[in-house]
Amino acid sequence: MNRLLTLRNTRRVAQVFFFSLFLFFVFVTDLRYLKGYPVSLFLELDPLVAFATAITTHTVYMGLLWSLLLILPTLLFGRIFCNWICPYGILHHFTGWLMGKRRAEERERIESNRYKKLYSLKYVILIAMIAAALGGSLQIGWLDPICLFHRSMSTVILPMINLFFPSSIYVRQYFHVGAWVIGFMLLFLVGMNVVIPRFFCRVLCPLGAFLGTLSSVALWRIDRDVTKCVDCDLCLKNCEGASDPQTQLRKSECFVCFNCIEDCPEDALSFKFMPQLKQEVTAPVVPGRRAFLGVLAGLGFYAFGRTSGASDRNYDKKVIRPPGSLEEKDFLGACIKCDQCIRACPTNVLQPALMESGIEGIWTPILNMKIGFCEVNCTLCGEVCPTGAIQNISIEEKTGTGPFAKEGPISLGTAFFDYGRCLPWAMETPCVVCEEVCPVSPKAIFSREVTITKRDGNPITLRRPYVDPALCIGCGICEHECPVTDEAAIRVTAIGETRSHDRRLLMDGGVTSAVRDLEKEKR
Amino acid sequence: MSTANPNDPSQLPENSVSRREFLVRLGITGALIAGSGIAATKLWQPNHFVPGFEKEKGLQLRSYATDPSKILPSLAIAHGTEHEATIRAALGALGGMGRFIQKGDVVLIKPNVAFDRPPALAATTHPDALRAVAKLVLEAGARKVIVADNPINSPTGCFLKSGLTAVSSEMNLDLIYPGSNSFGPLQLDGEILKYWTFFNEPFKNATKVIGLAPCKDHNLCHASMTMKNWYGLLGGRRNQFHQHIHSIVSDFALMMKPTLVILDGMSVLMSNGPTGGRLSDVKTMNTIVAGTDMVSVDAYGYTHLLERDLAELTYIHKAHDRGLGNKNWQETLYKEVQA
Repeated sequence: MNRLLTLRNTRRVAQVFFFSLFLFFVFVTDLRYLKGYPVSLFLELDPLVAFATAITTHTVYMGLLWSLLLILPTLLFGRIFCNWICPYGILHHFTGWLMGKRRAEERERIESNRYKKLYSLKYVILIAMIAAALGGSLQIGWLDPICLFHRSMSTVILPMINLFFPSSIYVRQYFHVGAWVIGFMLLFLVGMNVVIPRFFCRVLCPLGAFLGTLSSVALWRIDRDVTKCVDCDLCLKNCEGASDPQTQLRKSECFVCFNCIEDCPEDALSFKFMPQLKQEVTAPVVPGRRAFLGVLAGLGFYAFGRTSGASDRNYDKKVIRPPGSLEEKDFLGACIKCDQCIRACPTNVLQPALMESGIEGIWTPILNMKIGFCEVNCTLCGEVCPTGAIQNISIEEKTGTGPFAKEGPISLGTAFFDYGRCLPWAMETPCVVCEEVCPVSPKAIFSREVTITKRDGNPITLRRPYVDPALCIGCGICEHECPVTDEAAIRVTAIGETRSHDRRLLMDGGVTSAVRDLEKEKR
Repeated sequence: MSTANPNDPSQLPENSVSRREFLVRLGITGALIAGSGIAATKLWQPNHFVPGFEKEKGLQLRSYATDPSKILPSLAIAHGTEHEATIRAALGALGGMGRFIQKGDVVLIKPNVAFDRPPALAATTHPDALRAVAKLVLEAGARKVIVADNPINSPTGCFLKSGLTAVSSEMNLDLIYPGSNSFGPLQLDGEILKYWTFFNEPFKNATKVIGLAPCKDHNLCHASMTMKNWYGLLGGRRNQFHQHIHSIVSDFALMMKPTLVILDGMSVLMSNGPTGGRLSDVKTMNTIVAGTDMVSVDAYGYTHLLERDLAELTYIHKAHDRGLGNKNWQETLYKEVQA
């Protein structure tokens, strides 16, 4: 019984529990199963998300307050998150065990777990990300493990499962633009465990660096009784964090996995309240000049991104953001690229951006009407967004109904016809699918009947479609359903989006808003 | 020395192999040569073909209609204020659900849930209508009820927000989503529809088919009623249908020979169809039309529920002229009742 109730086994139970919980949340982030589950809980618990967004937005958005819950045990025990809770850490722990030095000779395993100078890189990465955030560009999502794992799940793993087992995850197969980049990044990071165990956690993880910094002041720490220690180095055999428990413990590297305590044949190691610090390397070791280099890199990233103009005058027409999104510059300061919105989207319209919104906006969500369309009667993306980059708006706020009738609906962009590709305009053929599917009432797409003489001399009566820009909400279902599928004859572009005053199209609702006024009078 | 066993390796001259090893190695190499030869000739495609112009062959849908009756009406119009009583009255006028459904039947009910809309907007089959029809069908002894549609908006959202997911789980109906493996080709000798991707999964077990459609305005073909409802059984590039919409809708009358169709005219979408969007687009008409001839049912719906001139509804005339139904519903055996 005592052999089962070890610290190691307790930790394993926690790992299985939290990893399963994470997978469960990922799976139920679907219109069919989402019954109020806190599916973004891991992101909300992530103190780096709360800290970095607090820098960029000067607020702690809604559920991010939960991150306090994680700061507390870190200040008491250290990086307990990394080896007990973090699903991405657990993934690397497991794959490292599976593919790594499990069968290797004892000496080799001990050597692979010694601290390396390379491991201070994560602190430089964290410093760079914080510097970029101070400018206003939020880039933690590149490597924050929770963001990275959620993103990999949404855009690569789940679509892959559905590819092999059709209709197991989605009713129809989902696609994600550039998913292969995210897929190879995941493969690389997991594969690196063969070269360096816990490569991601030890070398790259900015959240680990953040928690490591906090844990410098942790009250409970691994303590080595030098009178008992025989310098056998066996404590390194299974050391997850490479924190040198055999000599001066590096507390900020320690994952609190407790393997060293159980591996010590002399009982020299213990987890102790307030041990003496003189035997330790208490704080992260980051040479000042490298830290400065990190600051330069972060500020440079921000400056290079902004001066490229993608978030300003040179904005791309394809940067159509989800309903409830903040104005573009604020959006870049709030989106953590976790792609939870992409997971929740019931039409697959949300896609991870590549270069559309500049280097700052890589993997942030944009709408691709070729793949999906924005469902009017849906606000799931805002519901799951942990940082408020997409605000948690209601259907009434989105559609401008009820108490929000005065403001009118949220518009994502405006639809424009390409009459050279439109069947009734250019090819003497009836169509107007766009008008049929237009979801607003009265329809933003209307048609006028014309009778023309065809090339063969016979008359034909057609309906030719037009857009009323005052009514168009940019949902893109017209583009999605257009039979000219390679490049639709009607396409939505970002102009006219209500989130930005600089990007509106019509003054005072536009001339054609006469229709809307008429409707209001009738009511 | 010269009379030693030739298979003993120690007796063999250097650089040579035993007979056994010789045969085994020869056999492996020979089998691989023969195997690749056989595989290649089996898989050999001796002639080219033109991609996109292959010979097409698809499923032919059977008729689900029951034998016509000389005594009982083929069209019933019932007026009432609530779904179940009114649908019950309409079916009663046709001679009861027992005329159509026998014990052990597996019944496919095809609602129209094309759009992600709440029931009040009347753009989708009302959940009360589905509940009432499913109840009558189960009372008549059906073994199982299947509900299926291939919506324009996302299937899960459409079923959920139209309220049909709730009814299906409440009544234990078999809701089939249009998954990627739910389709197969359909063969038809239609005016335009010849060969098309068809949502065939619900038909694998169904023995009876009931169309349950809302009565709606439609921007292009004027109205979406019981005939247009079968659009939701097709997949593929449906957005091409609009180029010949009236021919296509009348082809649906050829494609589908249902057991029964029911037109829900309790709340009618009078304008901004087929999507609607505001309550002011909806008018309360308190009527259910049921029948075995969808052309008659739709003709009544167009003139009496949408209150328009039948002359403009081209697809009804096409279907009538092709002998797929009777647009002159007054000439058929019909019954009008009050719930």
